[in-house]
Amino acid sequence: MRALTWHGKHDVRVDTVDDPSIINPRDAIIEVTSTAICGSDLHLYDGVIPGMTSGDILGHEFMGRVVDTGPKSTLKKGDRVVVPFTISCGSCFFCQKQLYSACDNSNPVANQDITENLYGHSVSGLFGYSHLTGGYPGGQAEYVRVPFSDVGPIVIPDGMDDDTVLFLSDILPTGWMAAANCDIEEGDTVAVWGCGPVGLFAIQSALVMGAHQVIAIDHYPNRLALARKLGAKVIDYTQTHVLEALMEMSGGIGPDAVIDAVGMESHGFAPDNILDNIKQQVGFGADAGHALREALMAVRKGGRVSIPGVYGGFLDKFPLGALMEKGLQVRTGQTHVQKYIKELLKRIQDGELDTTFMISHRLPLEEAPRGYDNFANNQNDWTKVVLKPGTAGV
Amino acid sequence: MDHLEDLRHSPYGRGDDNANVWLALGVGALLGAAGLAWYTQQSRRERARRPGDSAPGRTARQSRFGRYAVTGRTVTIAKPKDELYAFWRDFSNLPKFMENVLSVTTAGDVTRWEIAGPAGRSVHVETRVIEDRAGEQIAWRATESSQIDTEGKVMFRDAPGGRGTEVEAIVAYRPPAGELGRWIAKLFQREPAIQGRRELKRLKMLMETGEIATSELHKSAA
Repeated sequence: MRALTWHGKHDVRVDTVDDPSIINPRDAIIEVTSTAICGSDLHLYDGVIPGMTSGDILGHEFMGRVVDTGPKSTLKKGDRVVVPFTISCGSCFFCQKQLYSACDNSNPVANQDITENLYGHSVSGLFGYSHLTGGYPGGQAEYVRVPFSDVGPIVIPDGMDDDTVLFLSDILPTGWMAAANCDIEEGDTVAVWGCGPVGLFAIQSALVMGAHQVIAIDHYPNRLALARKLGAKVIDYTQTHVLEALMEMSGGIGPDAVIDAVGMESHGFAPDNILDNIKQQVGFGADAGHALREALMAVRKGGRVSIPGVYGGFLDKFPLGALMEKGLQVRTGQTHVQKYIKELLKRIQDGELDTTFMISHRLPLEEAPRGYDNFANNQNDWTKVVLKPGTAGV
Repeated sequence: MDHLEDLRHSPYGRGDDNANVWLALGVGALLGAAGLAWYTQQSRRERARRPGDSAPGRTARQSRFGRYAVTGRTVTIAKPKDELYAFWRDFSNLPKFMENVLSVTTAGDVTRWEIAGPAGRSVHVETRVIEDRAGEQIAWRATESSQIDTEGKVMFRDAPGGRGTEVEAIVAYRPPAGELGRWIAKLFQREPAIQGRRELKRLKMLMETGEIATSELHKSAA
C-alpha cells in the first residue's frame, strides 16, 4: 500500500509499504477514505518529539471502511467508521474511569520502558505517533490495522459526509475536552492561545458550553478571522499587549479560564521563547512554552488552566509561583476521545457544531509532503489539510 | 612547593618533576579513595541507625542480599484472584506471556524451564514448588541440578476498592558469572528485573483484554 512515512526532520515521503493484516482477535483493518494532518504531526515533522524511527507511518486522524475483522471485533465489513487516535482496551482501571489515553494495555510493553523513565508511567498507544506511544503505524495510508476495534471506532451513518465527521478522531474531542476542563460557569471569560484547529474547536466548544465571552490569541490574520467568525473576540499579539488587554477585556479580573492550544513549539519574539527555541534546536528535549507561561500569568486568581497543547519533555522558567500563589487548577492530557465521541457525533447531527469551516485544502495522499510543508510554513492560509487516499495522485 | 610552581609554568618539565606530579596525583587519589570509603561507611552507619520504613525490601537502595540479586514487581489486574492463580498454576500457560520462557515441562514435582539467555543461548532451570496456597501464593525453588540457582514466589491479594487483584512476583537468583553476567544480561535486555516487569504487564494485558498489544503491521513480522 501507499503511506506517508517519516524519514527525519522535514523529510516525509509517500512510500510503498506492506499492507497491514489482522494480528490480534479484536483487530480490524480499515481502508482509509479521509485522513488529516494534525498540528501535533508538525511536532514530528519538526523533529522535536523523541522516539521516531525512519520509515514510521504517520497520521492519527482517519476514517474509512472496514475491510477485515478479527474474530472478537464487533465491527462488520463495510461499516464506515471514524477511529479515535487514542488506542484503548476499554477494560483496564483507567479505561473504566474513562481515562482512555491512560490505557494500561494498548502500548506494547517494550515501548513502555522509555515513558516509565521519562514520565514515571507509561501512557496509552497512539496511532502514527512516536515509539513512546507504541510506534503504531498511522492513518495517512491506504490501510490501517486498528487494535481494540470493539472499543474505539464509531460507526457513521450513511449520508454523513466524511468531512463532517473526520475530526471526531482527534481535534474536535480535543477542543471539546479543553473547554470541558475549564468547568465553564455563567459569566466566564475564557482565553484561548492558538487559533489552530484545536484552538478553533475549543473556542466553539466553550461558546456552546455557555461562556460569556471567548478571547482568542494568535498572530495569523486568517486564523484570527476564523475565530472571530465563530463568535470569539480576538487579540493579535504582534499588535497588542496580551496581559494588559485580557485584564481590560475582563473587567480587571482576568480570564476565569485559559486554554493553551499551542503546545511545545510556541511562536513569538519573547526572550523566554527565543531561549527555549535554541535549546529545542540543539536537542535538549526542551519544550518551548511561551504561550503557557503567559496563560498562567493571565488567568485570574483561583482560575482554571486547561492544556490541550502537546508537551513532551521539560520546561524551565515555569511560573510555578503564579500557579501556587494564585491557587490555580491545571487540567491536561491526551484526549480521552472515546469518552466524548458519541455525544459529539450527535451534536454534529443536530447541527450544533460546525466541523468543516476550517478545512482549507483537500489533497490526494500522494501530495501529503506538500501538505506538511505548507501546513508548517504557510500557517495563515493552510489552516487544515485533509488527505484523500484513493483519489488521483500527481 | 617547587613542583607546584613547575606545574604552573611548565607542564612538560624534567623527568623528576613529572615524577613529583604523579606522586601528587597518587597521593590525591589515595586521599580521595580514603574519603569515599569513610563517607560510604558513615552513610551506611547512618542508615543502620534509622528505623525501617514500610517499603518492600527489594526496593531498598541496596539490591544485593548476600550472593543473591532480588527483583520483584507488583501489578494490579482487574480480575479475581482465583482466576489469576489458576491461570498461573497451570505452568503451561506461562510461555503465553513470558517472552523468554521457551518451554515449560512438568514431570512429577519437578518443572523444567527452557529460558532464552543472552547471545542466543538457552538456559535450563529446574524448580520444585515448595509452597502452594490456592488463590494466594505459589513459591518455587531451584533443584540441585538446575543451571541457575533461583527461588521465587508469586502472591495474589485482593486489591482495594474493587480494583481486582494485586499480583506480586519476587525472584531471587545468583547471576551467572556474578555481577559481570548481570550487566551483560542487562545489555541484552534479558535481565530478570526487565523480564519480570514486562512479563507481568503482558500477563495483565492477556487477562484484561484477551490479547497482548503489538504495533506490528502484520503477522509475519510479529
